[in-house]
Amino acid sequence: MGETQNNQSTELLHPPGAQQLISSLNDRALEEMSKSFAFATRLDDLVAWGAKNALWPLPYGTACCGIELMSVMGPKYDLARFGAEVVRFSPRQADLLLVAGTITEKMVPVLVHIYEQMLDPKYVISMGACASSGGFYRSYHVLQGIDKVIPVDVFVPGCPPTPEAVLDGVMTLQRMIAEHTPRPWRDNWKRPSFLKPIE
Amino acid sequence: METTTTNDQTRDYARELGIAAAGHQFLTTPVGDDVLEINKDSVTEVFRRFKDSGKFDMLIDVTCVDHSKLTPGRKKRFDVVYHLFSTKSFSRLRVKAQVGEEETIASITPIYRGANWFEREAFDMFGVRFDGHPNLTRILTHHEFVGHPLRKDYDADQQQHCSSALPVHFQPDPNFKSEGRQLVPLNIGPSHPATHGTLRIMAEIDGETIARANVEIGFLHRCFEKMAETHPYNQVIPYTDRLNYCSAPMNNIGYCKAVERLLGVEIPQKAQAMRVILAELSRVIDHFICLGAMAVDLGALTGFFHLFTYRELVYTLFEKLCGARLTVSMTRIGGMAQDAPEGWFDDVLDAVKKLNAAVDELDRLLTGNKIWQQRTQNIGAISAEDAISWGYTGPCLRAAGVGIDLRKTQPYYMYDQLDFKIPVGTTGDVFDRYLVRVAEMKESLKIVEQVCKNVPAGDYTIRDKSIVLPEKSEVYGNIEGLMNHFMLVIKGLRPPVGDLYDATEAANGELGFYLVSDGSGRPYRLKVRPPCFAIYQSFPDSVTGGLLSDVIPIMGSMNLIAGELDR
Repeated sequence: MGETQNNQSTELLHPPGAQQLISSLNDRALEEMSKSFAFATRLDDLVAWGAKNALWPLPYGTACCGIELMSVMGPKYDLARFGAEVVRFSPRQADLLLVAGTITEKMVPVLVHIYEQMLDPKYVISMGACASSGGFYRSYHVLQGIDKVIPVDVFVPGCPPTPEAVLDGVMTLQRMIAEHTPRPWRDNWKRPSFLKPIE
Repeated sequence: METTTTNDQTRDYARELGIAAAGHQFLTTPVGDDVLEINKDSVTEVFRRFKDSGKFDMLIDVTCVDHSKLTPGRKKRFDVVYHLFSTKSFSRLRVKAQVGEEETIASITPIYRGANWFEREAFDMFGVRFDGHPNLTRILTHHEFVGHPLRKDYDADQQQHCSSALPVHFQPDPNFKSEGRQLVPLNIGPSHPATHGTLRIMAEIDGETIARANVEIGFLHRCFEKMAETHPYNQVIPYTDRLNYCSAPMNNIGYCKAVERLLGVEIPQKAQAMRVILAELSRVIDHFICLGAMAVDLGALTGFFHLFTYRELVYTLFEKLCGARLTVSMTRIGGMAQDAPEGWFDDVLDAVKKLNAAVDELDRLLTGNKIWQQRTQNIGAISAEDAISWGYTGPCLRAAGVGIDLRKTQPYYMYDQLDFKIPVGTTGDVFDRYLVRVAEMKESLKIVEQVCKNVPAGDYTIRDKSIVLPEKSEVYGNIEGLMNHFMLVIKGLRPPVGDLYDATEAANGELGFYLVSDGSGRPYRLKVRPPCFAIYQSFPDSVTGGLLSDVIPIMGSMNLIAGELDR
């Protein structure tokens, strides 16, 4: 792999803390380290750096939040500044599921199906009160929060949230990716038992 | 068929019909709605006569009311309520028929085909069975749902999970033959870029031609009507925002106007002016989304980005007015929530100039564009007669050549004093719908300009203590204000017992509210008549026989907003 041979590029990719740690070690220790665990950490960081700056969202806009999401994508707020403008409606090509709007009971099988079709690593942002908790629709046909059926990484509050809040949500997710935040909700996720298996 | 009938003639006709048959009754409610109560067994005969005589050629709405709590002890539990409209005299008639829990009522779909989805909805929500309906299945709730949620004995928060999505399915059609053709099933949505959210289209295609099509809705059924029944009148306003969320203020206005009419109050001139400005700005941004999204679907991404720049302009105005961008909830029953900030009307005038330029630019970008013309002309054309029979209203009806706009035909607020025109198309195709929308934006901006230049002085709300909360300085400053506030919050405003139908011209067409009050602080029943619900039921008909690629522009031109479609 090119990363181990090219010292210059690996150093650039080190987070500041790691660089300090490495410079305090002598050359031999550094070499030893690169043979054991340091290599894995570096690649993780490299992958995380790439992942966080090239989130391809699948905009699952169902309601009013979908209209505000258009604003987020639009010229004034411009999600492209965060590397997340390449919207993909095919779950196979997307790594960020942006659920913007109310999810009804009728929609649940579709939402879970789409989530399952996405390839790892995959992230979920729940935009707005309805997606996060059912919002003020405590009613017979509305799912009371999508975290009941799929694992959610970031909840963005608001009804609908302002575009700034959505950008903040995306940046929070980017930080989580860069810092390798543990995601037990994702690791322990099980498909809801009330859903029929997909043929 | 008579070509000119006056309102009185139509009323006389209905009255005669009411007196003629046994068990029928004609009456006018205190707020001025004409109601004909009929025996459920004569439904077919009565509607056949209305349709054939040409007196009431358009069916606006079919709904149902559960009387188990309103008039306990009544023999027959449900009222099936029909709303009729005459496109010639512009008069309206409400027809009611009582139906018991175990009884059925004849479907009027063979007479008014626009009744199809409305009857399915009444069945879904109340369990009333319509005899002779071609496809009486659930429409808004999911297929595994048990019970009928708008019955008074169904709890608002009793959720039921759905275990799977339905496979591709079609409505039964005896005339359809698939022999000798290689038909390929095709599913679009409910999460597909062209469906903008939650619509699902199913089709069988023969090469590039659509052999048959069907749609499934209800993926955004958020139970608006049940929520309205469980909230005080003023708290329903934020729910109305989320009906057609592309032009939220118009729903606020439509709802408040209905409640105000039932209360018998007229709002001050200044509140009217603010409502007109909000409504017309909303119409413009609604058309922006409709046309911008349609352009994206046809490959013109620039148009969308361009129009969104200007949509942000209007958002900024809304934000200045009340702090919210999209769902403003700015109206209250009796007027507005607060006065406009200083200089706001001048800001609006500034924005109008820019918006005018934006509409011109859109016009230059698309109207003469060859690709745009070829993708939209002679596609999805519909005759005036067909459009009326489906219950089309708004830009789609006007594109078909019927110049009905409630702002002219039954003027409300200050619309009769304003100078504006109603653009009308000829063929009803996608291109005409586009042209009508562009011309309408220009007219709306003209209206905003006129109102802004001449804002009436005065209060922004009425000061009736039984309706409107007192000012905060009163609440904190003296005991009367505090008590007034307390009583209004605890008991709520209470309209008199009765029912009414009230409609406004929203961006998509006639947005109607049928409100039944039992005199308490919450609506007993609130039915929304969403314009795109009636339009969308003609969709399978519009696309069948056409090319697959035409499905997308037809869908875009109908401007389907899931929030008001599914409620």
